Amino acid sequence: MSRLHRFFRTPEAIAGALILALLVAMALAAPLLFPGDPQAIAGPALLPPFQDWSLPLGTDRLGRDVLAELFHGARTSLAVGLAAAAAALLIGAAVGTLAGFASGLLDEVLMRVTDAFQTVPSFLLALAFVSIVGPSLGVVVAAIALSAWTGPARVARAEVLSIRERDYVAGARIIGMHPLEIAFREVLPNALPPVLALSSVIVAAAILTEAALSFLGLGDPNRVTWGGMIAEGRTVLRTAPFLSIVPGVALVLTVLGVYLAGEGVVESTAVRRSLS
Amino acid sequence: MSLLAVSNLAKRYRRGGKPFAAVDDISFEIGPAETLALAGPSGSGKSTIAKLVLRLIEPDAGRIDFEGGDFLALSGAALRTRRARLQMVFQDPLAAFNPRATVARVLDDPLRIYNIASRAERPRRIAALLERVGLDTSLAARAIHEISGGQRQRVAIARAIATRPSLIVLDEAVSALDVSVRGQILELLLDLQRQERIAYLFISHDLGVIRAVAHRVVILDAGRIAESGDARAVIADPQSAVGKALVAATPKLVRTSQDAS
Ligand SMILES: Nc1ncnc2c1ncn2[C@@H]1O[C@H](COP(=O)(O)OP(=O)(O)OP(=O)(O)O)[C@@H](O)[C@H]1O
Ligand SMILES: [Mg+2]
Repeated sequence: MSRLHRFFRTPEAIAGALILALLVAMALAAPLLFPGDPQAIAGPALLPPFQDWSLPLGTDRLGRDVLAELFHGARTSLAVGLAAAAAALLIGAAVGTLAGFASGLLDEVLMRVTDAFQTVPSFLLALAFVSIVGPSLGVVVAAIALSAWTGPARVARAEVLSIRERDYVAGARIIGMHPLEIAFREVLPNALPPVLALSSVIVAAAILTEAALSFLGLGDPNRVTWGGMIAEGRTVLRTAPFLSIVPGVALVLTVLGVYLAGEGVVESTAVRRSLS
Repeated sequence: MSLLAVSNLAKRYRRGGKPFAAVDDISFEIGPAETLALAGPSGSGKSTIAKLVLRLIEPDAGRIDFEGGDFLALSGAALRTRRARLQMVFQDPLAAFNPRATVARVLDDPLRIYNIASRAERPRRIAALLERVGLDTSLAARAIHEISGGQRQRVAIARAIATRPSLIVLDEAVSALDVSVRGQILELLLDLQRQERIAYLFISHDLGVIRAVAHRVVILDAGRIAESGDARAVIADPQSAVGKALVAATPKLVRTSQDAS
């Protein structure tokens, strides 16, 4: 309770939480408010916003309801962002824990692999992966996770390196615990907080990467995505700029919201740490 | 026949780029139900010997025989199995446990790992262990940081005896406790030794404590053995310079030896 209290102390955290709450509400409400296929034609093409109140944000080049697309796009952005970030954190924490705990050759190999992944620009990596495997939601999630796990891996390894020198790890060895159990049950949970502190940045980056892939036409073709909407709108940018502006603003706000809320969480735990 | 036989053990570290011997050609033996104390000034290699004996670090040279087998030859699952017989109690009982653990989990681990009791039976075993070390069984549900230092050290002893070891290494296990608690813990250790015939490798810089619990003592100086022998005899009349210095640095000891004369 007091932790929540601390979280809501800074205006940034409140703003971030509000934006995120709105986003989650949109994502959850999308199938209720707009039960039909958001990619179906709903009216005349290129209807400007605020003209027809059954289509508040107007229609796109093909006459699809922009508001419905926006809501369903929130679903995709959020799902992909969270799933990719969760996968990246999971892979990163596992690799980092193994590397830090094993040391020696396994550490060397795992860290060289991490280096290799890190030297390739992460967006190019995701791009290449989707181009090769083909665009679908799962592949996009995997591609983004593949390009984002190195950060968590490094942080987890550094943390594990310091934790494994503690007496309680020696104690676990002395009672005959298997090294893998020591690594994942004794060490990893205590190494997790700084790794989880990366999650807001990773979620934000994942949402942006998903949008960029969709913009380039490499998103899941069966899903409405904000990146895809921006790409669609680009072809009529001069005559109907709102088609790009609306999803663009949604994207910026989302990333901002995730980032601010994440900072708020880190801040509130950091305060607690420095107090204790 | 000895329970633990250490011969010509050596461990080198680097200090300022130059190698130095933290443990240098150390040999000693411990028999069943015997307490051997390791004494010596700070940095003389006591903890390093403890870690070597427990295979937490590997020696550069030497031999360790435990329960009649080459302990250094073991690895992997064979080593883990053998570890049941050779346990340890640390100086700082708070650092010795996972900060997220509860008392029950700390005691459950060895019982589970060595298949000592079935899942259904383990709570009863845990309660019995707590009782054995003089703790209330209601402590089982507490987090490890929610009990006192003395209680925590009792939990550490309960965990060490859970696997029915023949030898327990105690590295300054009573040094962090205040005097009254220290006496109770030493009583408990002596009682366990009598009942279960457990041998101790007892590390301490406190010769008063050593005289109270140890049969024999090895005094270390800069990684080497300065002298060794019957604990009371060595403490009453140390021959080496380090031994004399350690005795002189133990005020209570001086007083009691004067009382005796
Ligand atoms: N991992 C290590 N790397 C380098 N030097 C080490 C390492 N561990 C111990 N040493 C050194 O080895 C020597 C012996 O250390 P050890 O911890 O065994 O001493 P000790 O007798 O237990 O001292 P204390 O009474 O202070 O606990 C010291 O000089 C120490 O600095
Ligand atoms: Mg020491």
